[in-house]
Amino acid sequence: MSDAHNYTSDENPYLPKPARIIRTLPQILDHQLFQIRFEKEEMINNFTYRPGQFVMLSVIGTGEAPFSISSSPTRPGIIELCVRRIGHVTNALFKLPPNAPVGIRGPYGNGFPLDKLEGNNLLLVAGGLGMAPLRSLLRYALDNRSKFKDVILMYGARNPDDMLFKYELLELIEQPDVKCLLTVDTDNSGMWKAHVGVVTTLFDHAEIDPNNTYAAICGPEIMFKYVLEELLKRNFSKNRILMSLERNMQCGVGKCGHCMVGYKYTCLDGPIFNYWDAINLPEMV
Amino acid sequence: MKIITLPKENFAEFVGHLCSFGEIHAPIKRGDRSFVFAPVKDASEIELDCVRTILPLKKYFFRPMEVMFNFCAGEGYEIPSEVTDKRIVVFGAHPCDIHGLNILDMVFNGRYVDTYYLARKSKAAIIGLDCIPDDLCFCRSTRTDFVDTGFDLFLSDIGDKYLVRVGTSLGDDMVRAAESLFYEVQKEDRDAYKRKSIERRESFKTEIQLQDLPGIMDLEYESQVWQDVGETCLSCGTCSMVCPTCYCYSVFDELDLDGSSGRRKRRWDCCLFKDYALVAGGHNFRAKRSSRVKNRYFHKQRGFVSLYGRPSCVGCGRCKAQCPSGIDIVDVITKLRSETRV
Ligand SMILES: Cc1cc2nc3c(=O)[nH]c(=O)nc-3n(C[C@H](O)[C@H](O)[C@H](O)COP(=O)(O)OP(=O)(O)OC[C@H]3O[C@@H](n4cnc5c(N)ncnc54)[C@H](O)[C@@H]3O)c2cc1C
Ligand code: SF4
Ligand code: SF4
Ligand code: FES
Repeated sequence: MSDAHNYTSDENPYLPKPARIIRTLPQILDHQLFQIRFEKEEMINNFTYRPGQFVMLSVIGTGEAPFSISSSPTRPGIIELCVRRIGHVTNALFKLPPNAPVGIRGPYGNGFPLDKLEGNNLLLVAGGLGMAPLRSLLRYALDNRSKFKDVILMYGARNPDDMLFKYELLELIEQPDVKCLLTVDTDNSGMWKAHVGVVTTLFDHAEIDPNNTYAAICGPEIMFKYVLEELLKRNFSKNRILMSLERNMQCGVGKCGHCMVGYKYTCLDGPIFNYWDAINLPEMV
Repeated sequence: MKIITLPKENFAEFVGHLCSFGEIHAPIKRGDRSFVFAPVKDASEIELDCVRTILPLKKYFFRPMEVMFNFCAGEGYEIPSEVTDKRIVVFGAHPCDIHGLNILDMVFNGRYVDTYYLARKSKAAIIGLDCIPDDLCFCRSTRTDFVDTGFDLFLSDIGDKYLVRVGTSLGDDMVRAAESLFYEVQKEDRDAYKRKSIERRESFKTEIQLQDLPGIMDLEYESQVWQDVGETCLSCGTCSMVCPTCYCYSVFDELDLDGSSGRRKRRWDCCLFKDYALVAGGHNFRAKRSSRVKNRYFHKQRGFVSLYGRPSCVGCGRCKAQCPSGIDIVDVITKLRSETRV
């Protein structure tokens, strides 16, 4: 069939590009922020992405796994991944020595629909590790502040020691151009100055206009359920509620089949879905 | 399309000429009633009446297991120096087999191009051959009983000759390499072809209505049928391995004993395996067998339609033929269609 197709110029989409972990910043127990830089100058200069996209990270000799990019494209040069240690690949990642080589390919997935979000209020609701992709969007919005109306973050953790990006978020509380609402389920230290209670209680502290707002929710399923109730009660349209789906991903490029939900590849058509599209996917919500 | 004829007495000689286009692979007998695509030296080994081989043609282009990269600690991943330089000529691909390859072409092309599959595919010539359906074939229902692209040559038996459709320039090269063996189409050949075509159409014993199936599948999403099939399915994965259009795979790194070099490989995977949709932390999106069975049917008959504009089942009957539990796709769909719930 040689004359029907001409593929020779296409590069291998599975090839991890050489990169290095230039710094690791411990976050909370079993969570670290990895700062990664490509080895090749042209990759450093040309790699750009949208908040909400992910990369496939290879630990050489162990395997590959998808991670949301936590940094913002407004700060090019390094990629930040906030990783929870949970299994095969992540265990090996946490054991790597300083400056270790890794492989990165991507960015993949749709990311947040920035063109739609711009000109609107942003309501970011995160729980636990859900902060990882939302931190990218938050940073992007703050670096492009004039493109958005109000920016509100609601982030809940179990206790103060469980809060990712804690110090940088605590600083935001003082900042006038963003409403940063942080809460913990319980505080045994007695030192916690922000809110206590589940994330939905934060809704009492913010005025939200459903017609001019996009909500982006990332977090555990149970949190998702309650936040959704809250938003629907406030008459949010389903397509103004955005969520990030997690699925098993072996390729990231729409081939291996693993991330398929009904009629969508999470890796190509997602991982960001609006709630309307998500309820129309079988096995969802 | 260029159409010519090849008298059957010239067939063996023509196959002899094909060697210069690559190693010839064709259906041969393996065991009592099973057939496989395997290398052949000459025409006499080819089982022209084979209805279906155990494994479909995907095995040539999307290998059951293959090396994607070599790696070395500190150096990262490298593409193996050559995927394959070997040219092959696949002889005896049936219309459904070719449709299966056309479907894989769609999947492995697209925004990201699977270079492994396409490199191999671009080195193969495909010669199709018409067939007479058995009880398990339902390619008429899936509209894959006739094929007009995806082959270099296609042979249809019209009695003492083959009618040969030339699909590509490579096909034309193969004909020209043995030009004296071929003849122009005569009126009697046209008549014979049309007669055969009707005969073939009438020989289908299995028929199901598939055109409106996506809608029915949405409607019967909670059907008891899925529970019932789930109870019988063993999650063995055979149906996916033998399916010409199942393309799922998983990826893993294999470390050598030196602890620093090795290979990244991929191998066929199956959505019916229990851990297929497992994500880190232990959550399994399809922990129940019934939900995995449903997912497989849903993907083939419903999801694929939304993604690529057509169902991915080509009606070859392999899944039924090989399932150790005797699960029959036609039966499942028929039940789904006729089920009335209380
Ligand atoms: C779009 C997306 C974004 C993500 N973003 C982040 C992020 O920002 N931060 C983060 O920490 N995580 C993120 N994740 C989750 C992350 O990808 C997983 O935590 C990671 O894959 C874990 O890899 P592991 O090898 O350490 O875990 P493991 O559980 O060892 O293995 C990973 C995969 O192997 C498979 N597996 C597990 N056990 C078995 C078994 N017994 N047999 C066969 N296969 C098995 C599972 O299917 C699992 O998906 C994201 C996931 C997706 C899809
Ligand atoms: S071959 Fe049959 S038993 Fe095995 S996974 Fe497929 S349907 Fe289930
Ligand atoms: S699902 Fe069964 S009948 Fe359909 S193409 Fe696959 S193996 Fe053939
Ligand atoms: S991750 Fe392989 S298809 Fe989406």
